[in-house]
Amino acid sequence: MKLFRCLLLLLILMPFAARAQDDAYAGLAGDFDEVSHAIDQLALSGDKNAEAIITALQANSLYITPDNQLWLKKDDDFYNFRTGEKAAEDPDDIRPVRVNNAVRRAIEGALGSLTLFSSDAAIRQHGAEAVFTARDPAALPALERALAKEQDPGVRLAMQQARAAVVLAKPDSTDADKLAAIAVLAARGDLASQSMLDALSNSSQSPAVTKAATDAVAAIAWLQKIWALAQGVFYGVSLGSVLLLAAAGLAITFGVMGVINMAHGEMVMLGAYTTFVVQQVLEAYAPGLFSFSLIISIPLAFIVSGVVGIAIERTLIRFLYGRPLETLLATWGLSLVLQQAVRSIFGANNREVSTPPWMSGATMWGGVTITYNRLYIIIFAFLVIAALMASLRFTSLGLQMRAVTQNRRMAAAMGIRTPWIDALTFGLGSGVAGMAGVALSQIDNVSPNLGQGYIIDSFMVVVFGGVGNLWGTVVSALTLGIVNKFLEPIAGAVLGKILVLVLLILFIQRKPRGLFPLKGRAVEA
Amino acid sequence: MSPWSFRVCLVAVLGGAVLLSVLNLAVPETAAFHVPTYAVSLAGKYLSYAMLALAVDLVWGFAGILSLGHAAFFALGGYAMGMYLMRQIGTRGVYGNAILPDFMVFLNYKSLPWYWHGFDNPAFAIVMVLLVPAVLALIFGWLAFRSRVSGVYLSIITQALTYALLLAFFRNDMGFGGNNGLTDFKDMFGIPLQEDSTRCGMLIATAIFLCGALLVSRYLVTSRFGKVLIAVRDTESRTRFLGYRPERYKLFVWVLSAVIAGIGGALYVPQVGIINPGEFSPANSIEAVIWVAVGGRGTLVGAVLGAVLVNLGKTVFTGALPELWLFALGALFILVTLLLPGGILGLLGRAPRRPKNATPAPEPAE
Repeated sequence: MKLFRCLLLLLILMPFAARAQDDAYAGLAGDFDEVSHAIDQLALSGDKNAEAIITALQANSLYITPDNQLWLKKDDDFYNFRTGEKAAEDPDDIRPVRVNNAVRRAIEGALGSLTLFSSDAAIRQHGAEAVFTARDPAALPALERALAKEQDPGVRLAMQQARAAVVLAKPDSTDADKLAAIAVLAARGDLASQSMLDALSNSSQSPAVTKAATDAVAAIAWLQKIWALAQGVFYGVSLGSVLLLAAAGLAITFGVMGVINMAHGEMVMLGAYTTFVVQQVLEAYAPGLFSFSLIISIPLAFIVSGVVGIAIERTLIRFLYGRPLETLLATWGLSLVLQQAVRSIFGANNREVSTPPWMSGATMWGGVTITYNRLYIIIFAFLVIAALMASLRFTSLGLQMRAVTQNRRMAAAMGIRTPWIDALTFGLGSGVAGMAGVALSQIDNVSPNLGQGYIIDSFMVVVFGGVGNLWGTVVSALTLGIVNKFLEPIAGAVLGKILVLVLLILFIQRKPRGLFPLKGRAVEA
Repeated sequence: MSPWSFRVCLVAVLGGAVLLSVLNLAVPETAAFHVPTYAVSLAGKYLSYAMLALAVDLVWGFAGILSLGHAAFFALGGYAMGMYLMRQIGTRGVYGNAILPDFMVFLNYKSLPWYWHGFDNPAFAIVMVLLVPAVLALIFGWLAFRSRVSGVYLSIITQALTYALLLAFFRNDMGFGGNNGLTDFKDMFGIPLQEDSTRCGMLIATAIFLCGALLVSRYLVTSRFGKVLIAVRDTESRTRFLGYRPERYKLFVWVLSAVIAGIGGALYVPQVGIINPGEFSPANSIEAVIWVAVGGRGTLVGAVLGAVLVNLGKTVFTGALPELWLFALGALFILVTLLLPGGILGLLGRAPRRPKNATPAPEPAE
């Protein structure tokens, strides 16, 4: 009997329970303030539907009827939120839950606090960041609870920062809490914290808080300046590594051999087109290998450009040794022919060379944004230079090359086939240019004119660094890159480049043999 | 360079210009021998280029300075002339502003930049045509020759110079019309530019200036000064040891050459009707060098011959087989340097043989 009464009671109460739950959503029918409040309540209620409701609201597909029934709109049909039943016809007086920017902030904050309890640390971290951005005081209780049981130190830090941001946004926080929060934000030290603290320093009543906030703003501003400097250095090194790649081959052909190869840029271009062809072939015959296309291209570009280089040396340049100005003109003519040949084969338009997934994207290192393609190009440039130096220093070919450059006749007398070494040296320089082309295909347009843009810069790098000195080339490429990037914000990109050129022209007047001239009885060239 | 070929050249340039003008103006359009006006302008353009080539030959052929930036002086002279022509447009521009050229109105200039003042005066403009290239050449040459920058280093920094100017003139806020340059000229010294008679007059004037430049250059290189210059070209250090100051000789001929190039540019602009930053491109300067090489380096006449022939070839080729022009030009560079070091005049056997060791080889340090 008792059991029966209980059941009866339950039966009577059930609609009311449902009704009570519906009433919890009543706020969603109200004006913007009520909607925001309802969202906050919902986030804290522990309602298992909360996330679905708020997500629907975020997608603008949440509707409500005057009896506080929630409906989801999907493809012009309405589905009852609780039962999931499709409404036969549009329910009476149905209207969307109203959303404005304040509500959107509440939504983000609520989603943030909901995700604070996720089992996935990355989602929790994300939630903490969302709370940090939304700064909704209503999220504080949830945040406190989450913080109490958080184990992961990284997520914990993010939650503490979020808590600090909320504390500062809450009008009724105590000064002690605020001071603690300021310290947390100052340690975070990004632009968002800076603007929060800046607002606080202007609005706070308490002098202690104002002072702490002002100090923190100054500290953050200083930190930001340092990061900006570091970012500038990264961009500079990145540009420098591009210059280094473009000039590395020239450092061999011009620096070591003394050959003015105006077709050097075209060797770079051939490397870039090799990458294009490799990608086309892989796409057609081995799509699985596509993400390795650049790694496959590197040796192939070396071989293509190197073989073309050896051919050029054997058919053209060897007749012009000792006549640098004639070499310059002949190789310029060659560069025109190569450009036109590539234009005839591949067309005049830019060719699409895609970036493999592992090279796209970016990461933050402190306050410095590091894009992966730039990072890999920097690493690649230094690997190329290291390999080049090692091959000159430790291989027998390198030994013979150095012997021939230092004293051709003596080298010949020792049994070195100097013409063959000339060809190989030129091939090495051209091959390195080809490898540079693989890297440049990632950041520049692959067109027949690709090489033209680098030729003057490359010569400048080699001359500035000191002809015949690979270390000089490294230093000069990085210096030019960094100087260029630091002039850019002051003078603008084009004017910055002009200034660098003019400075270089003046520098060469002062020190015609570059930064690190080769010592010895160098005769007038 | 025999006096014979020199005289032939002077007569050919002047006579050709006059002949074309007569055939254009006096022969009725229906006649077989009528020369269309565009051909007259084209001939004027070739002769302007010939002045550039002459300027290159003067420094490369006689002082051993391979300039890869001579088109910069040509373009500067052209811009000075273009600024004068711009100011002459007056209220006939699209916007009808009496003071500001169209592009300045378009770019919201409130007043004329200071360096545009005075260009409404033809005498001032002519002085500037001579002065601007000369001053740039003086500064650049003084710095370069004083510190004994020579050979390929000099070539590379001349190229950097023209490249820097190219980038600078592309900028809109330089006040030189940016990418589009200066164009839409109406008249010069009060004479409308589009008239056939003006075009013929311009051609004859260019021919006269070219002959004048040829005579001055020839006087210079056959004088005692020219002999020292050739000595500097062949062995600079030995000349210095003999007590000469090679940098002064080089500087003088360098500045003179820049002025000749500037005059060429000033004559070029009214005949072509436009000057834009593309004229500064390093490729143009190198092309001027190949004109000299084709005609015959160190002959003066060869420069004129090469400029006219190569440009004629360019006009024909780019019209008929545009794909092949760069192949032809590239092949020309290679073949001339490999097989024809004396150029066409060298082939004819009337020019002296190309001096051996004109540019001493960079011997490895031994």
